[in-house]
Amino acid sequence: MSTNIKFLTQNFGKYDTSSISSYMSVGGFDALKKAVTMDPEDICTLLSDAKIRGRGGAEYPLGRKWSQARAVKGENKIVICNADEGETTTFKDRELIKNDPFNLIEALIIAGYVCNATDGYIYMRAEYYCHRQLILNAIRQARNYGFLGKNILGKGFDFDLHLYSGGGAYVCGEGTALIRSIEGKAGRPRMKPPFVKVSGLFARPTCLNNVESLSLVPHLLMDTADVYMNCGSGESIGTKMVSVAGNVNNPGAFEIPFGTTVREIIYNLAGGVQNDGEIQLIQFGGASGKIADASILDTPYTYDDLKAAGVGVGSGALLVIDKRTSVLDFLRMNQEFFYEESCGQCTPCREGNLHIKIILDKLAAGTATEEDIKLMTTIARVMSRSSLCGLGETAQNTLMAAMKVFPEVFSVGGAK
Amino acid sequence: MLTAQTKEYPLPSELQAKIDLVLESHDNDPTQIVGILLDVQDLNERHYVPEPVAYYLADRLAMPVTNVFDCLNFYSELSSTPRAKYPIQICASPACRVNAIHTNVLIDTLEQLLDIKMGEITYDGRFTLERTTCYGACDRAPSVRINGKIYDHLDTREKIVDMLRSLE
Repeated sequence: MSTNIKFLTQNFGKYDTSSISSYMSVGGFDALKKAVTMDPEDICTLLSDAKIRGRGGAEYPLGRKWSQARAVKGENKIVICNADEGETTTFKDRELIKNDPFNLIEALIIAGYVCNATDGYIYMRAEYYCHRQLILNAIRQARNYGFLGKNILGKGFDFDLHLYSGGGAYVCGEGTALIRSIEGKAGRPRMKPPFVKVSGLFARPTCLNNVESLSLVPHLLMDTADVYMNCGSGESIGTKMVSVAGNVNNPGAFEIPFGTTVREIIYNLAGGVQNDGEIQLIQFGGASGKIADASILDTPYTYDDLKAAGVGVGSGALLVIDKRTSVLDFLRMNQEFFYEESCGQCTPCREGNLHIKIILDKLAAGTATEEDIKLMTTIARVMSRSSLCGLGETAQNTLMAAMKVFPEVFSVGGAK
Repeated sequence: MLTAQTKEYPLPSELQAKIDLVLESHDNDPTQIVGILLDVQDLNERHYVPEPVAYYLADRLAMPVTNVFDCLNFYSELSSTPRAKYPIQICASPACRVNAIHTNVLIDTLEQLLDIKMGEITYDGRFTLERTTCYGACDRAPSVRINGKIYDHLDTREKIVDMLRSLE
């Protein structure tokens, strides 16, 4: 299968990202002009037919999400673009923001039209502060051209966009934490319900989307040749951005059609393993993702095949680690990340991450007992069931997957 | 009440004017507090928000000063205590660290050149070495991040020396 596809990335390098007229010369805002002549419900159906799932990691069907956002009763609805790409090894949204900012703006306006929203917010992580002027400029120009503001394209539809910056907190990728951060508070998650689709930002109905999910929409609306629909099969149609890093020769973000094998991604696109080394493990979907060993290489990259192999698409990250790093050392690095990034608000996540870190350190020092391993398993289970937000619930995905794939690591007094 | 406290901590008028410009660029919008603090702390050579400034911002944005400090303490990119002029952040997340040889060379070289250990500050307050979590430059490892700018592919001593020289 050809891995050389440009659908989501078709505009990369094609226009001057600081100029709206340059963007319009490559067909920019045609999708918006088409969208406002369509019934919003038809756009939702189109997204459902393309089986787009949320690309941030939660994999919620986009068509259903927008349809629900439309159906919620309430005034002054809000759409948010979550550009707080905090998962480790994930930098696909960075490429989309940097190379095609106007497409994101156009996508948000379409989202606003479909969901009947009056305001759109882009929440961008502090680490991408250098792209702030690019986005602000794009918003300003779109406003000057009448694509934002009152009565857009003469359709009586009012919509405006706002850019907010994060402060370097991983937890702010979580919906309720992100919303608190935009409200000007510390980004600590809150209990659900109320769900954000009913009462989100400023207590208004809110629809939250990932950069990549949004960026797909304008391209899909203009896809008369069915390029997208002809990629992949079954439940995984179309293309996906993946970001590959770690011990590979050519790390980077790539667009692939669903169904490309993991081997093709690592060896053809990412240039293979450094020094022709052997793969120890691959982590899918960032720090909260699951891991597999080299036996996964010939698995096609689709939602179902990866799930059957015990991992998932998640944020689209692939961290490749060769034999120079032991499984246990990797787990300790990953655990350090969660220990740092837990917001400390709820007990399971705050204490759980600390104690698992301690037990992993003991395991590395060779002083862990069987009791410790049992306790660690219990803590991981309790965290996944009783944490306040997604951070605590998914923090031990990697550890639990490692216990299945590499049981020898956890046999006390056994392997390294 | 806040105003009274602000008056006890008068700001140099020059600094106040600069802060007002930042506030204006954020439409004096209190919900933009995180972005405002990011900009305001860069007005200081040591990249932090001093207490009088925090009070001034609370006053101008009509928000409790506790909210300003809550944000300063919660977000890792913000600081209420002085940092270095050039805080050198090194990614401690797996994607960068598994490239162990390069990362160790980078850390060893920096420690040697600056004559400090990880987590320390140079005697003149110009440099710190800090470990930080993923800043999304996994494909550009080994890298450091200094005041928001990423210096990438630092895989030789020469490149590291050049990077430090460029900060002068």
